Amino acid sequence: MGFDQYHEPPDELPRATRTFARLCASLTEEAEAIGWYEQRLAVESDPDAAAVMRDAQGEEFKHFSMDLEYLLRRTPAWREIARGILFHTGDIVEHAEEAEAEALEGGGSGPAGAYEDGSLGIGSLKGASR
Amino acid sequence: MNHLLRSHAPISDAGWKMLDEEARGRLAPALAARKLVDFSGPLGWEHSAMNLGRTRPLASAPGEGVSGLQREVLPLVELRADFELSRAELRDADRGAEDVDLEPLDKATHRIAVAENVAVFHGWHGAITGIAEASPHDRASLGESAEAYPRQVAGAVERLLCNGITGPYGLALGRKQYRRVAETAEHGGYPLLDHLHKILEGSIVWAPGVDGAVVLSLRGDDFAFQSGQDLSVGYDFHDGDVVRLYLEESFAFHVLTPEAAVALTP
Repeated sequence: MGFDQYHEPPDELPRATRTFARLCASLTEEAEAIGWYEQRLAVESDPDAAAVMRDAQGEEFKHFSMDLEYLLRRTPAWREIARGILFHTGDIVEHAEEAEAEALEGGGSGPAGAYEDGSLGIGSLKGASR
Repeated sequence: MNHLLRSHAPISDAGWKMLDEEARGRLAPALAARKLVDFSGPLGWEHSAMNLGRTRPLASAPGEGVSGLQREVLPLVELRADFELSRAELRDADRGAEDVDLEPLDKATHRIAVAENVAVFHGWHGAITGIAEASPHDRASLGESAEAYPRQVAGAVERLLCNGITGPYGLALGRKQYRRVAETAEHGGYPLLDHLHKILEGSIVWAPGVDGAVVLSLRGDDFAFQSGQDLSVGYDFHDGDVVRLYLEESFAFHVLTPEAAVALTP
């Protein structure tokens, strides 16, 4: 069994980071599967087979979305950026630049707080020196 | 709006941004425990207890032919540091003043960070067992001379190794001990801080509130900090002159492997 999802020695990584890495690897796998089904559907002429594949691709949509939601809940800055990009009409790149600036420069603060729970978003500092 | 009631405060969006940034910047250097232990959450203000996976027997059962157990949990604690800011200062901040007096906030951030460190490393009577008090190892004294620190820290690391506790290892140093380390160069001019890094292979952190020092494994799964509401700034009340705010968090801390740390007395 391989441990390719770890870029650093697993023994040195906190448990939460190992879980985070596993879900990142799962997210990648689900995205790959979605792409594979998309290709298969594009060339499949048997309508029954295509229906099965479409159903299977729907499962991958669900898996990808669950992985993403888990990761976003644990990464406030990522969640803030995603909130500014996802499910909006208009220029994607423009939204992305604005969302990044808001999230990483603290522009999302205000009465509601910079983070969804109103907190300062400090969380774990493990690995920080001094 | 959640329980922090921030939108009831007479503070502009820009004012809240300034306060949050100031609090975040002041807290991060002093939150030593979070640099060394496993952090999970935040799980929300409504989260009230950490699951320990254990039960305790009950003296009786509610009926014949049945038995019962009660789950044991570790209730979260709430920490809060109140402070007041001048509304005139906040109005000046909205005008663009860059030298706003936020000293009450700065002092509150220090108080709550120190309290978190004390609770994690030394415990909170009746609520939290700290790392140092849980450690079964004898406590060596660091002494007055920082030049003796490498020997004591290496001794602590060796004790952890003898107990099968692998590294890397971290070191939480109280204020006085950190200052001594930072200002000391050993014979030949080699900085003591670098020497200690080579022994530990992990972080050395400034830990206000720690009495002496604590050497602990950073391998993970030994010390669990569970956050309910992570550190937040909330609103209490205001009058014509001041606005009363507070810093608040809820958390539980559980030592899973008491032998994974060695406390060193001053």
